Amino acid sequence: MMLSIRDLRVSFEDSSGDSTEVVHGINLDLARGESLGIVGESGSGKSVLSLATIGLLPGTARASGQIMFEGQDLLTLPEKQMCGLRGRKIGMIFQEPMSALNPAMTVGAQIAEGLRLHKGMSQSDAKTEALRLLEMVQIPQATQRINSYPHEMSGGQRQRVGIAIAIALKPDLLIADEPTTALDVTVQAEILDILDDLVTDLGISLILISHDLGVIARISDRTLVMYKGDEMEHGDTERVLRSPQHDYTRKLLDAMPSRARKSLDQTGMEGPHA
Amino acid sequence: MKRIPLNLWLGGLISTLLVGSAVLSRFWTPEDPIKMNILNRLKGPGDAGLLGADQIGRDVFSMIMAGGWTSLGIALTATIIGGSIGTLIGVTAAAKSGIFEKASGWINSVLFAFPPILSAILLGALLGPGGLTSIIAIGVFMIPVFTRISRGAAMQIWSRDYIKAAKMAGKGQALITIEHVLPNISAQLLVQFAIQTGLGILAEAGLSFLGMGIAPPTPSWGRMLADAQTYISTAPHLVLAPGIAIALAVLGLNLLGDGLRDLTDPRRKQAS
Ligand SMILES: Nc1ncnc2c1ncn2[C@@H]1O[C@H](COP(=O)(O)OP(=O)(O)O)[C@@H](O)[C@H]1O
Ligand SMILES: [Mg+2]
Repeated sequence: MMLSIRDLRVSFEDSSGDSTEVVHGINLDLARGESLGIVGESGSGKSVLSLATIGLLPGTARASGQIMFEGQDLLTLPEKQMCGLRGRKIGMIFQEPMSALNPAMTVGAQIAEGLRLHKGMSQSDAKTEALRLLEMVQIPQATQRINSYPHEMSGGQRQRVGIAIAIALKPDLLIADEPTTALDVTVQAEILDILDDLVTDLGISLILISHDLGVIARISDRTLVMYKGDEMEHGDTERVLRSPQHDYTRKLLDAMPSRARKSLDQTGMEGPHA
Repeated sequence: MKRIPLNLWLGGLISTLLVGSAVLSRFWTPEDPIKMNILNRLKGPGDAGLLGADQIGRDVFSMIMAGGWTSLGIALTATIIGGSIGTLIGVTAAAKSGIFEKASGWINSVLFAFPPILSAILLGALLGPGGLTSIIAIGVFMIPVFTRISRGAAMQIWSRDYIKAAKMAGKGQALITIEHVLPNISAQLLVQFAIQTGLGILAEAGLSFLGMGIAPPTPSWGRMLADAQTYISTAPHLVLAPGIAIALAVLGLNLLGDGLRDLTDPRRKQAS
C-alpha cells in the first residue's frame, strides 16, 4: 500500500487548554494509481484529515495513530524530511481558488516555486516547465497567462493553476480538497475532467474530497463516507451508491439534485431511486 | 478605474505641500530663518513678510518652512526606524508562535505604557535634549504600534491556503514572510505609516515645546509655539502660524492614510 492510515485521531486544543477530538479513528488504504473519494457534510473532518496527511495541521492540533506513506510514518517523521516530501511526493489542491493563490505574485512564478526549490531548476527552465503545465491544464493563451496575476483570471482558470501547481512535481499522491465547490456547475465538470485525465495519465493516486456525492462518483474507485469525524461507510464507489449500507449515505444520495442523479445513471451507476 | 476618494485627494495635496515646502526650505526661503532683524520685531503679517516676524524679528514664514523640514525629518526618520523594527517583530511573531510571540507581546505592553513625552524626558536626562533624542523617543513609541498592526495582518495571511502551497513548494518561514506575507500586508503598513508620521510630527512639536527637541537656533514648530506664549495677546500670529502648520500637517497625513485605506480596502469603504 502506498498510503495507509490507521486509527487517525485529531484533536484541537482551545485557548483554555481543553481539547476537542474532531477525527475519531479513521482507517484507510490507497494503492498506487487508485482514487479514493471522501464525502461528508461540512464539518465532518475531511480537511483536517487531509492536512494531517501533508503535515500542515495548525499548531493547536494534536494527531495520533499512524499515517504510513511509502513505508514511513508521517506523524513521527521529522519536519525536515516532511518538508522534502510535502509537495514533491504529495501534492494538494485547495478549495478556495482565491485564497490558494498569492494575489501579489504572477501565476507563472507560483507554479515555478516548487520546481526551483524542490528540483533545483533554473529560473528559465522552471518557467518553460510552468508554461507546459499551464497548457496541460488547458489554460488558453498560456504564454500570456503565465504573467497574469490571480485577480485577472476567472475562478475556473485559477483552479486550473492550482492543479498545475499541485502536479508540477509529479507527486505520487494528490489530495484535492473540494476542488470544485467554489465553482459554477459547468466549470466544475471541466475541472473534474482535467483532474481525472491528469491523474490517470501520470499514474497519480488521488484522494478527492467533496461534500457532493455526484463529484465523488465521477472519478473515485472507492468512497469513504464521513460524518462528524467518524467513518460511516467505506467501499467501492459503485457499491456505495447502488446499495448504501448506512442511513447517512442514503441521506447524502437523497440530497443530490435529481439532475446529478440522472448523470450517475448515465455513467452506468444506478441511484437508489432508479 | 477606481475613483480617487476625496480624503486621498485632500490628504495627498496637503502632504505634498508639506513635503515640498520642507524640501524647498533646504534651498530657498524668503528670508534666512535664523537671521534676526530687530527693526521687524513682532510686526504682523504683511508688515514684515507673509506671516510677520517674531520677538527678535525673524521671518515667521521662513521659520515655518524650515521648521517643517525639522518636524518632517524627525517624524519620518522615527517612523521609518520604529516602523521597521516593529514590523520585523510583528511578522516574526506571526511566523513563530510560542515563546517569541509571548515575549514580544510582553515587551510591547511595556513600551506601550511609556508615552513618547515621558520616554523623551527619560532619554533627554540620559542623552541630553536634541534631534537624536526626539528620533529615539518617537521611534520607540512607534515600535509597538507597528508590531500590533503587522502581526495581526500577517496572522491573517498565514491562515491563507497559498501559504500552505508555499510550504509545499519547500519554503521556510523566512522566505514565506518575505515573498508572501510582506507584499500582502504592505498596503496596510503604508496606511499606518502615513498616520504614524502625522502623530510623529505632533510628538516632535510636543517635545520641542517642552524644550526636549532639536536645539536652537534650528527652527521648529514646537519651540515657535513655546516662544509665542508670552506674546499671545500682542502678536497672536506667532501662535497661529505654527499651530495651524502642525494641525494641517497632522490632518493631511491622516487624510492621506484614510484615503489610502479606502482605496485598498473596499470593505471599510462600504462600512463607512
Ligand atoms: N484550526 C482549528 N481549530 C479548531 N477547530 C478546528 C480547526 N479546524 C477545524 N476545526 C474543527 O474540526 C472539525 C472538522 O473540520 P473540517 O475538517 O474543516 O471539516 P470539513 O472539511 O469536513 O468541512 C470542525 O468541527 C471544525 O470546527
Ligand atoms: Mg473542508
